[in-house]
Amino acid sequence: MVNQLEIRNLHAKIVDGETILNGVNLVLPKGQVHAIMGPNGAGKSTLGKIIAGDPSYEIIKGDILMDGESILEMEADERARKGLFLAFQYPVEVPGVSNANFLRLALQAKKGDEVNMMEFYGKLQKALATLEWDESILTRYLNDGFSGGEKKRNEIMHMMVLEPTYGIMDETDSGLDIDALKVVAKGVNAMRGPNFGALLITHYQRLLNYITPDAVHVMIDGRIAASGGFELAERLEAEGYEWVKELAVAS
Amino acid sequence: MSDNAVVENIGNEYKYGFVDEVKPVWKAEKGLNRRVVEAISYHKDEPAWMLEFRLKALEIYQSKPVPVWGGDLSGLNMDEIYFYAKPTEQRDARSWDDVPEEIRRTYEKLGIREAEQKVLAGVGAQYDSEMVYHQVKEELERLGVIFVSIEDGLQHHEDLFREYFATVIPPEDNKYAALNSAVWSGGSFVYVPKGVKVEQPLQAYFRVNTAELGQFERTIIVVDEGADMHYIEGCTAPTYTTDSFHSGVIEIVVNQGARSRYTTIQNWSHNMYNLVTQRAVVKKDAYHMWLDGNLGSKLTMKYPSSYLVEEGARSDILSIAFASTGQHQDAGGKLIFAASNTGGSIVSKSISRGAGRSSYRGLIKVYEGSKYVKVNVECDALLINEESRTDTYPYMEIEDDTATVGHEATVSRLNDEQIFYLQSRGLPEDEAAALIVRGFIEPVAKELPLEYAVELNRLIELEMEGSVG
Repeated sequence: MVNQLEIRNLHAKIVDGETILNGVNLVLPKGQVHAIMGPNGAGKSTLGKIIAGDPSYEIIKGDILMDGESILEMEADERARKGLFLAFQYPVEVPGVSNANFLRLALQAKKGDEVNMMEFYGKLQKALATLEWDESILTRYLNDGFSGGEKKRNEIMHMMVLEPTYGIMDETDSGLDIDALKVVAKGVNAMRGPNFGALLITHYQRLLNYITPDAVHVMIDGRIAASGGFELAERLEAEGYEWVKELAVAS
Repeated sequence: MSDNAVVENIGNEYKYGFVDEVKPVWKAEKGLNRRVVEAISYHKDEPAWMLEFRLKALEIYQSKPVPVWGGDLSGLNMDEIYFYAKPTEQRDARSWDDVPEEIRRTYEKLGIREAEQKVLAGVGAQYDSEMVYHQVKEELERLGVIFVSIEDGLQHHEDLFREYFATVIPPEDNKYAALNSAVWSGGSFVYVPKGVKVEQPLQAYFRVNTAELGQFERTIIVVDEGADMHYIEGCTAPTYTTDSFHSGVIEIVVNQGARSRYTTIQNWSHNMYNLVTQRAVVKKDAYHMWLDGNLGSKLTMKYPSSYLVEEGARSDILSIAFASTGQHQDAGGKLIFAASNTGGSIVSKSISRGAGRSSYRGLIKVYEGSKYVKVNVECDALLINEESRTDTYPYMEIEDDTATVGHEATVSRLNDEQIFYLQSRGLPEDEAAALIVRGFIEPVAKELPLEYAVELNRLIELEMEGSVG
């Protein structure tokens, strides 16, 4: 079995709308953290949502393989139960559903079995401690009335409790102050290990100062235009995206 | 969001639609006339004043036009309705052993007997037109709590009965209150003496078995000074191709410093017209809550009302309505403020799916001279499908400018983004949808006694959520 998340020549469009991805190729080996950077409108967030199975997009061609198996025909929930997780850029408010109860249902769906309450509570406690957070967040309704920062932090908490094999974080850093950013990074770093791969979608290098990626990819116009190490992120920060755009045009 | 099995099925799998092989011992001729009213009174062996009252009410009923402001009543043909069906010779059995076996089994199937032993302070069971069983815990009886059929109330507590009967809702109030006043049969007579706190709920259970029957329960509840009581009404019926009719009148008086709560879990079959008048008079520093759950019926028109007539009185009305294809829930509430420093709220949550229609209809009235009234109205509608429908009719008559009145109304659709978000955490689409619905009604559902919250959850096919931390 190939232990990796592979995006193979992926072309996709909004259902009844414009084409966003124009042949994305990307391999995220399990155990690694990769960053995807790129200017606004490059298709970074779309890529994250498509991997997670957002039905508002349509695949034109190409494939997404998780550990060698195509997940294109799977609904979002099936992908999640197989070990995929998307931390949303804009987490959705669900009034009347408590954060903890929802997480318990999600964990139950994933395990396909009743969740042991002590074990569940232990996972929650551990995640809260890492994220330097108070228990009161558990009884609040899911994202309902949460501040922007609370929503992002909550996404990481969900990820820590659900323990996916591959986590995609869609601009989790945007809108966070430096302290919150450090806490979120701490959560992601706590998950790093041979059984976890992560894709960090970000606009800025800032987050990468706290989560050192194994590789950096630059996305332009719905394609990966350049890949490299951390130095690529540093160069983007210093010089902007123009030079990569030229590269993309040249290729 | 149309391919959503769980939400689609809410209300479809009606498990109470079975028919009993019970023939009434006596049934009135079809339709409504003076003879029918006289026969009902005769069968109840009533005092002359009551027959007189009934006949007067019949005239009032006949003089009032069919209301056209609410649901469509054109399909309700009074000539096709039986106005009285007597299920057994014995009314108000004190022991289930004295209830005919077939009828007793029905209440077993409905889970009433089990609940009686576990969580209720008393049970009344109405089958077609009469209360076949009434029992209240002995210790409450010793404290002077009266919980009997309305007929027994008239027979054995006539003075108390006359003091309250038709004082809260006179026959002139509306056409169907007049109808009920003419042909009433069954319902409870409840009196909770001063200072007595009834810890567990009293429950009345209404079952209509005979096809094309009209059921006209009449209930009087008096909660005396400083007393505390919770009354629950549950309703089911078999599913027939012909229509049935339920038109109750509930009169409640909450005396000084008392607290009362009236919960309805109405789950009639979808061939039932349900036109009910419910009203509470709330006195000084007293509190009354209506918790109104309308899940079943073809058409429901029901607006529980509280009249806050003395200082410090408060009342909350919580309403849940669920309308599927072929159903119209026209529900809401009325708060009438006729004294200073009174307050209350109406919270209404409605869900429409398929071609179902939910309407919120509410009235807030503050009389001039009622100072510093505080009231808040919140009505939220959730639409599941494209063809689902909701309307809002909020009436406000605020005659005193010291009143603080809040009003908020929202209409939302089952949201694809919410569904995808929950799905992305591993919940299948149908569970995600049901969870959103469950969350939507949570602010009202959490006020239900646990057993009923469970029942409601079961109705939306969701597991009861545990609590953590």
